[in-house]
Amino acid sequence: MTLYVFGRIGQALLVLWAAFTLSFVLLQALPGDAVLIKFLSPDFGLSADQINEIRAAYAVDSNIFVQYGRTLFNFLKGDFGYSLQAGVPVSAQLATNMPPTLRLAGLGFAVAVLLAVSIAFLSSMAPFAWLRNLLQSLPSLLISVPVFWLAIMLIQIFSFRLRLVSVINPGPWESLVLPVATLAVPISAPLAQILIRNIDEIRTRPFIAVARAKGASEARLLWKHVARNAILPALTIAGVLFGELVAGAVVTETVFGLNGIGGLTEKAVGNQDLSVLQAIVVISAAAFVAINLAVDLAYPILDPRLRNRAGVER
Amino acid sequence: MSPVQAPVLDVRDLVLSYRQGDERAAVVHGVSFTVEPGEVVALVGESGSGKTSTAQAVIGLLAENGRIDSGTIHLNGEDISRWSSRRLRNIRGAVVSLVPQDPGNSLDPVMTIGAQVRETLEIHGRLDRREADRQVIELLTSVGLSEPALRIRQYPHELSGGMKQRVLIAIAIALRPALIIADEPTSALDVTVQRRILDLINDLRREYGTSVLLVTHDLAVAADRSDRIIVLQGGRIQEQGRTEDVLAAPQNAYTRKLLSDAPSLATARPRPPIEPGRPIAVTVRNLVQDFPLQSGKTFRAVDDVSFTVARGTTHAVVGESGSGKTTTIRAIAGFQKPTGGEIRVGDLDVRSLRSEELRQFRRKVQLVYQNPWGSLDPRQTVQAIVEEPLLNFDPLPRDQRQARVRAMIDRVGLPAALLSRSPHALSGGQRQRVAIARALVLEPDVVVLDEAVSALDVTVQAQILTLLAELQRDLGLTYVFVSHDLAIVRQIADTVSVLHNGRQVDYGTVDEIFSPAATAYTRELIQAIPGRKFPRAAFDRPPLAAAGPLS
Repeated sequence: MTLYVFGRIGQALLVLWAAFTLSFVLLQALPGDAVLIKFLSPDFGLSADQINEIRAAYAVDSNIFVQYGRTLFNFLKGDFGYSLQAGVPVSAQLATNMPPTLRLAGLGFAVAVLLAVSIAFLSSMAPFAWLRNLLQSLPSLLISVPVFWLAIMLIQIFSFRLRLVSVINPGPWESLVLPVATLAVPISAPLAQILIRNIDEIRTRPFIAVARAKGASEARLLWKHVARNAILPALTIAGVLFGELVAGAVVTETVFGLNGIGGLTEKAVGNQDLSVLQAIVVISAAAFVAINLAVDLAYPILDPRLRNRAGVER
Repeated sequence: MSPVQAPVLDVRDLVLSYRQGDERAAVVHGVSFTVEPGEVVALVGESGSGKTSTAQAVIGLLAENGRIDSGTIHLNGEDISRWSSRRLRNIRGAVVSLVPQDPGNSLDPVMTIGAQVRETLEIHGRLDRREADRQVIELLTSVGLSEPALRIRQYPHELSGGMKQRVLIAIAIALRPALIIADEPTSALDVTVQRRILDLINDLRREYGTSVLLVTHDLAVAADRSDRIIVLQGGRIQEQGRTEDVLAAPQNAYTRKLLSDAPSLATARPRPPIEPGRPIAVTVRNLVQDFPLQSGKTFRAVDDVSFTVARGTTHAVVGESGSGKTTTIRAIAGFQKPTGGEIRVGDLDVRSLRSEELRQFRRKVQLVYQNPWGSLDPRQTVQAIVEEPLLNFDPLPRDQRQARVRAMIDRVGLPAALLSRSPHALSGGQRQRVAIARALVLEPDVVVLDEAVSALDVTVQAQILTLLAELQRDLGLTYVFVSHDLAIVRQIADTVSVLHNGRQVDYGTVDEIFSPAATAYTRELIQAIPGRKFPRAAFDRPPLAAAGPLS
């Protein structure tokens, strides 16, 4: 068991290191650098010598291996370097932009799970066949909706037509309602699909017939036997969908003009602000790896079949 | 049993149907029978006979598209056939309970054994946890589970198949119901485990006075364990009566057929002895197979097994699950390298074969698997399935290839019209014939049959065994026949190896194995064959074709 835990943690660290190295190589491979982009602009009116001096000061002209080693060392210390464009430490930028994104992503994910579970269980419990069919086909509809279009439609309908949610000077929570909905819908769809399929499959298992033969009610069957077995395989998907969440957040923040990591990423890409990009990539990877590590570690707790089999007796 | 007592179960003119698309297909057409208190009634029939549907209707567990069209089901005097599922819930588990078919999948994998037994008690009454736990331990003890206090904290995957079935029986008897429905309770279990489980059900019935409705395809099990037998075919009762009467003088042609097809009820006449001097087709000498375990140790699955098979004869490898019989044949077929020992097929040393030689070797040794539902590609037609080995080995022109496929399909007794069908349109017996055709189309010397008839109904089983015997006689085939069923082995084999925990405990001719000289383990296996209560000779079928002259 401890071997399993340490193995998984080791793997996670390895993935993180690979993500750091890959992003470093890719970002370094881009032509030009942030220093050139910023100071070459005629506004500054700098000469080539002066630019070279600045480049030397930021150490962007040194050997790539030296840069790699230094960046890695700094990252390990928690120092993400300076944003060239904004002229402030990257960590300071992250400190302002992270909380809104975390709120958005966290709420979005929670709502997505809630939505998926509701659709899945209602679709198996609903009293009428037409309602069940409707609920079962809902995920395929939701999965095909583009995020930007959904965002615009939500603003159109709920803000401009119905005037339910204000988009101009909204309150801190009001500003989150539509972005969270936008983010949750496409994430909930694949989750709901998996859950519906699992519930249908589990319901045909012999142990459900045995539980029924004990006199169990439908509600008991669903919560005590079907739910726990059906949720297990969905857990992996939930972990993978976290990646979607990060991608979805970028689009959502742009459409709703939120000042989060998504907006920061967009700007950093435009300006080739490498240290910012590198920090975002590594932090996203860290979050992704951490979530999937948590899923992996949760499995043996939820599924007794995955616990140590050394104690099996015949 | 006094005659004034009302029957526990009284089924009258029961008609059941299933919705298929827009139509309803009737599967049970007016079935009537009773089960008296303390009585064991066996519902016997093949797949599709309506026996399981009838049993499901009695406990109100018909599939969602199933329906009771007419008729009544009186349980303890009350007609439950029109009850809502909410009302049925009160009697399920309490008045009528179920021992299911497949213990492996009938317990919730993420719930402890204790919680699953306790659930029945919880549903039907308020008990405090300590009292419930005490009752659960008592129940597990009464079904003969060792260390019940440990078991309640274990999960299903930590128990063997026989132990799981004991847990399921504990669940079924927890509330001392008037009627237990046992739906093929032992068909997924090894024969010695089967006997112990059936003994247990019988003991509990005697102790509690519970009635049992035993649903089974195995007439031999019904013969040993029931007071009365009801024979179902195509949703109609063919015959019912006291077990000894039905077996001694079956009135119905279908019953007689079932009796003659049941391998364990027939007193097989042995095949003539193999004449000396036949060439040897397969030699296995001191075969050892180790598998590495996660802990770094090794597990010895096969430990020093030796036998020879003369050309044109059948050698049976017999054993329970975990005995090493499958590992042995995988080594013969060249699917895994043995750790030690020698395997020869004809004059080839199987261990020394390398990639292309090994591929060529496959045409000499072909396999037929247990499960004809899993071993045929559902997306291929029968034609494509049988043709595929030819494409791998014989670059024949298309018309010749098709002629060979056609001849082979004809040889295994299938109509040519099936060639364009896909496997799901075939019955189990037809599928197994396709699998045999696929194995024979390359004209192999040796055919390895891995439990090839175990998944089939007795009548189909008898037909396939007859086909195999004919093919052996006509084509001079050598069979290695893997089975857990000694009754079948007695019919088809010339020589037998009995494996137990990887060791060969007995080796000899069928006569020697069935003689008192066999080891205690083999005798236990033979004792466990059901159907010994009524040994009969009257309906023996003629012995299967014996090893014929070599062509």
